[in-house]
Amino acid sequence: MTDIQIQAKDLSKVYVRGSEKIIAVNKITLEVDKGDFVSFIGPSGSGKTTLLHLLGCLDDPTSGELSIEGRTVVSDGKSLPESKLSPLRRKLFGYIFQKFYLIPTLTVKENILLPFAFHRKPGLAMTANEVAERLGLSKRLAHLPKELSGGEMQRVAIARAIINRPRILLADEPTGNLDSKRSEEISEILSDLNRSDGLTIILVTHNPKLATKAHRIIELQDGRII
Amino acid sequence: MPTISGIAYKNLRRKRIRSILTILGIALSTWVLVSLLGFNRGYENSLNKDIDNLGFQVLLTAKGCPYEAATLMLQGGQGLRYMPENTVDSLRADKEVEELTPMLMQTVFDPGKGEEGGVVGYLGIDPATYPKMKPYLTFREGKWFSGENSMEAVMGFESAELEQREVGDQILIPGKNVEVTVVGILNRSGTQDDGTIFMPYKSLQKIFGVQDKLTSVGIKLKKTANINAYEEKLYTIPDVQVVSIAQVKNTISNLVSTARVMVMSIAIIAILIAMVGVMNTILMSVWERFQEIGIMKSMGATTSHIFRLIWLETTILCLFGGIIGSLLSVVLAKATGALIRYILPYSPTGSLIRIDAPLVLESMGIILFIGLLSGIYPSLRAARIKPIEAIRSSEGEL
Repeated sequence: MTDIQIQAKDLSKVYVRGSEKIIAVNKITLEVDKGDFVSFIGPSGSGKTTLLHLLGCLDDPTSGELSIEGRTVVSDGKSLPESKLSPLRRKLFGYIFQKFYLIPTLTVKENILLPFAFHRKPGLAMTANEVAERLGLSKRLAHLPKELSGGEMQRVAIARAIINRPRILLADEPTGNLDSKRSEEISEILSDLNRSDGLTIILVTHNPKLATKAHRIIELQDGRII
Repeated sequence: MPTISGIAYKNLRRKRIRSILTILGIALSTWVLVSLLGFNRGYENSLNKDIDNLGFQVLLTAKGCPYEAATLMLQGGQGLRYMPENTVDSLRADKEVEELTPMLMQTVFDPGKGEEGGVVGYLGIDPATYPKMKPYLTFREGKWFSGENSMEAVMGFESAELEQREVGDQILIPGKNVEVTVVGILNRSGTQDDGTIFMPYKSLQKIFGVQDKLTSVGIKLKKTANINAYEEKLYTIPDVQVVSIAQVKNTISNLVSTARVMVMSIAIIAILIAMVGVMNTILMSVWERFQEIGIMKSMGATTSHIFRLIWLETTILCLFGGIIGSLLSVVLAKATGALIRYILPYSPTGSLIRIDAPLVLESMGIILFIGLLSGIYPSLRAARIKPIEAIRSSEGEL
């Protein structure tokens, strides 16, 4: 049985703005194994975030092929319809973003449990206390997001991303809004999730320290892997 | 664990003032709607009661304006026309008539009434027949007149209260220099009779110099009588007109129908404004949470989940607005009734607004239905948000 979890072939994304064509991702071929920890680095505009979105089924490529866990998601540049992508996303992926996107009216506990409002993996999902303890949020469960520090907010976002036990965690600049101490905390958490849970992690970062936590560092420039 | 309904409720609390104002708009629309539907029922009911309390099915008046006749029938009027008193004799000969009662309405200007004076109406009746037709008229004090030519008056409850009269008091008929004695004061009947001053019609004929004349005759028919056929027969009498109960109802309904249409139009406009308000509130809320909704979709929320979330917010707004509006309409029913009474050309006695549980539920149903309709577009718009659009709108990096 193959260990390849994500397989992209000649994946491209082209934006058209007026008469201008912007090639954000240019024919990228890439494989990510189960339990891998991959970092995308590169200057702003190099296409790393777009590539992350394509691999996470959040965006439609212009051309290329993409399969995840053996299932074809994009064939000849054509993605599955939203009705099929939505269950795939909730089954396979957890997402973390630079902006934490916590719901301000919900408590930390409610934010962590938010995915359960839409779907709960039977027998697999963690409890809020379990995940909060692991991420050092046990004493903050009743607080609102505005009462938390940046690092705590990102930890809540991570807790929310892993509560349903995804198989792949996609993190886009997770330390982009944090100071070095908080960045280090988040790095440790991601490493631990990869090491202990075997969670596949694909990370986009400008932070060299965070990038070095990955097993593989992939550098991008002008939409290509260099 | 958060639920979709819990998230919807908490989101509405996030922008409290906006939600309260939207709820207020829906509440006002509900208030107008419940009051209006309640008015339609109450008015009909009170009008029927007033007409049933007339005690006769047909009123014969001197020929003139049917509107004036209708008004005269219920509350008296000016510019009176007369018919000869002997008309009564020919009517009495008809086998279909069970009872009839002659009436003479007279009005005078009383300079002492109120600050600038006012019109006082006297209804001349036949003491032998009129009380029999109005068995609900009972006395708080005193009794009917001692004879058909006596200079005596019986006052309705409100007219006695207004003029602070008691049995034994003398009242002066303005401009006629005639004093009559109050021999009875009626209990409140909830009809136009409460504001009437009754006198024997023969005495009134003498005082006002209209001997052998009447303004109307009330006719009660036998149960077996064919009312339509009888009315046709009455049209053969010269210079009189027949006002039947059905005609009175129609005439008054015509009078108020314009006002009803106007009020109904206002209600529809109010509902439309509330609908636009709901749509605007929900749409603004959707745009403000564009990223949140996108992120929810990235964590597995389907189009249907998001549609339900936004539609629930609309439902909560409409439900709160509907409940508050219904309570307002019940609490303010009397005040609304007084306002409508002031606007309308003629209002029957009794409660003008009749609100009950089925009516409130029906109105709430209408408001909810309209509210939910107005929530469809924002809900669809939210449900169509793609996660990538939300993320891109905040990060912008390629």
